[in-house]
Amino acid sequence: MRHIISVLMENEPGALSRVIGLFSQRGYNIESLTVAPTEDKSLSRLTLTTIGSAREIEQITKHLNKLIEVVKLVDLTDGEHVERELMMVKVKASGAQRAEIKRCTDIFRGQIVDVSPSIYTIQLAGTSDKLDAFLQAVGDVSILEVVRTGVCGLSRGDKVLSV
Amino acid sequence: MELLSGGEMIARALKDEGVEFIFGYPGGAVLHIYDALERTSDIPHILVRHEQAATHAADGYARATGKVGVVLVTSGPGATNAITGIATAYMDSIPMVVLSGQVASHLIGEDAFQETDMLGISRPIVKHSFQVKCAQDIPATIKKAFYVARTGRPGPVVIDLPKDITQPGQKFAYDYSEEVKLRSYSPATRGHAGQIKKAIQLILEAKRPIIYAGGGVILGEASKQLTELAHRLNAPVTNTLMGLGCFPGHDKQYVGMLGMHGHYEANMAMHNADVILALGARFDDRVTNTPSKFCPYAKIIHVDIDPASISKIIAADVPIVGPVKAVLEDMLLQLDEAAQKKELQQDTQAIATWWQQIDQWREDHGIWHTPRYDLSSGKIKPQQVIDTLCKITHGDAYLCSDVGQHQMFAAQYYRFNQPRQWINSGGLGTMGFGLPAAMGVKLAYPDADVCTITGEGSIQMNIQELSTCTQYQLPIKIFNLNNGYLGMVKQWQDMQYESRYAQSVYKDSLPDFIKLAEAYGHVGMKIEKSADLEPAMREALAMKDRLVFLDIYVDRHEHVYPMQIAPNGSMQDMWLSKTERT
Repeated sequence: MRHIISVLMENEPGALSRVIGLFSQRGYNIESLTVAPTEDKSLSRLTLTTIGSAREIEQITKHLNKLIEVVKLVDLTDGEHVERELMMVKVKASGAQRAEIKRCTDIFRGQIVDVSPSIYTIQLAGTSDKLDAFLQAVGDVSILEVVRTGVCGLSRGDKVLSV
Repeated sequence: MELLSGGEMIARALKDEGVEFIFGYPGGAVLHIYDALERTSDIPHILVRHEQAATHAADGYARATGKVGVVLVTSGPGATNAITGIATAYMDSIPMVVLSGQVASHLIGEDAFQETDMLGISRPIVKHSFQVKCAQDIPATIKKAFYVARTGRPGPVVIDLPKDITQPGQKFAYDYSEEVKLRSYSPATRGHAGQIKKAIQLILEAKRPIIYAGGGVILGEASKQLTELAHRLNAPVTNTLMGLGCFPGHDKQYVGMLGMHGHYEANMAMHNADVILALGARFDDRVTNTPSKFCPYAKIIHVDIDPASISKIIAADVPIVGPVKAVLEDMLLQLDEAAQKKELQQDTQAIATWWQQIDQWREDHGIWHTPRYDLSSGKIKPQQVIDTLCKITHGDAYLCSDVGQHQMFAAQYYRFNQPRQWINSGGLGTMGFGLPAAMGVKLAYPDADVCTITGEGSIQMNIQELSTCTQYQLPIKIFNLNNGYLGMVKQWQDMQYESRYAQSVYKDSLPDFIKLAEAYGHVGMKIEKSADLEPAMREALAMKDRLVFLDIYVDRHEHVYPMQIAPNGSMQDMWLSKTERT
């Protein structure tokens, strides 16, 4: 099953390499990873998605917690949560295609953020499924380039991950 | 406030930390530190002959004393040579601080002379690591490193020190704080009371209980509590390889070591137990055999300071995260309460029946009941060497073992009276560990009998340390069980590869160990006959001020038994000799 693990850690050099090293060292996989400092500059928030059995996920969270730089973590998929991923797609858009792609972008509530006579660059945010669906709708033929940030998310309601 | 240079701060901080010995080897990147130590420090420094030996010596010191071992090496090859020793300490959770030199800050990343990414190379095998960016951070970093190394589940910590921050020219205010605060690190100090209650209930209801105690009991200084609990419950105790000594080896409730080369009665008792109390043990693959077949009748209580060890291999029915000593103290208190209220009582009849069964196993195939080696050929048996050593030293010696058959024979036949006497590389299985580890132990306990148990394979991996032993006059006794083969490799080749000895034979290339020992200024003794063994050993141990290298020619074809049958075997599936199995 896919899990989203959100980690609050010290914003120090080497901390990220420890997290990544842990995954490769113990044979766990990382589907996506995103990391940036938080409102408290001494902390970074790292969000990663991984796939594994309940037992593997338990081991992953335990080993992450053992890293000295990891302050706190939560498996967002344990409870209600919101998750988003940002994607930018560069697509061929000329002739009849141009209007079709614009319509498709509107349907998915995306935005065209750069335009040239034959190309659109589209920005889209949503769950990973939604981004996948958009790519499918646009079709491989039109797609020139895709970049995705990886998933980030927060627990719903008043649950907070903080120091 | 006092003004010190970076190098002087390191020297002072080590003093303030109470460090008794530094094991190290100088080089370009650490010359400022060495000079500061020379000028300002009275901490003895032990100059090894190879950095791997520095880590093993610090490791041996740490295992024997419970204190943090300290290593100082230079950048590049100095640091990489230390890696095997750091990994050894990591696998066995040994507290160690390794100070590694680094090229100057402005050269980092430029492939400078003797530059290596020590933090990167050591990352998977350290509990934590630091690179110090400026001299002012040195005291606080050293304080943190020692704190992290010795608390919680102990482990090695690396401090990487760029040369420029240690230079003598610049001085800074030195302040060594008493306290460490790390918001992201707070090891458990107590076990969960509710879980402990559940555990006690399960233990008191057990008809066939067993206590499975590992290295965590030694690291957590909980031997006394373990012994008291075991006696109160009249429960058998088995030890892991790392746990040997945490329960007295001659206690009648001790059933020996468990696992791949464990005692028959220990493996049988584990397999048939209905409740297993695992204390500071991690269900290693050399213990469990096939996990799906592990102890089919048992409910498992698992006490460990490291939550990641619990339910990693074998799911625990009652997990308890906490220091084993505090948990055992709470268990003893709860046992008192249960006894007062008389609400839960052990089924003493069932326990008596359980002991009858265990005694039967002991009689059937126990190596302590009937030694399973045959002296009729006149050849010296490796088991006999350990048996004799145990007899002569009354189970009081420090045994620093290398890795291989001799290690298993020592673990099976020596009966340790106390924790911390058995010093061996259990997790990583590092050949070359025994001699340098013994140096660390002998420095800590100069009056004790400190023995290296080794073979002609392992000893050659760090034999250069005979020179260190000369320089610091370390009268270690080296028992070289010489069978002319890499014995454990040969055993597997005998059992699984139709005795094709691929690269496990030295032909006639072995040195004359007697001359070699003498060349370093030590005493060498060659022992070839069974009848000469005990007198020679007594003579060697009586030479209190000399290192004696006993080159003991043992039966070349002996195998270690019992040996669990793998793959797909359970705890109770064992070879008992070359021809008998369970």
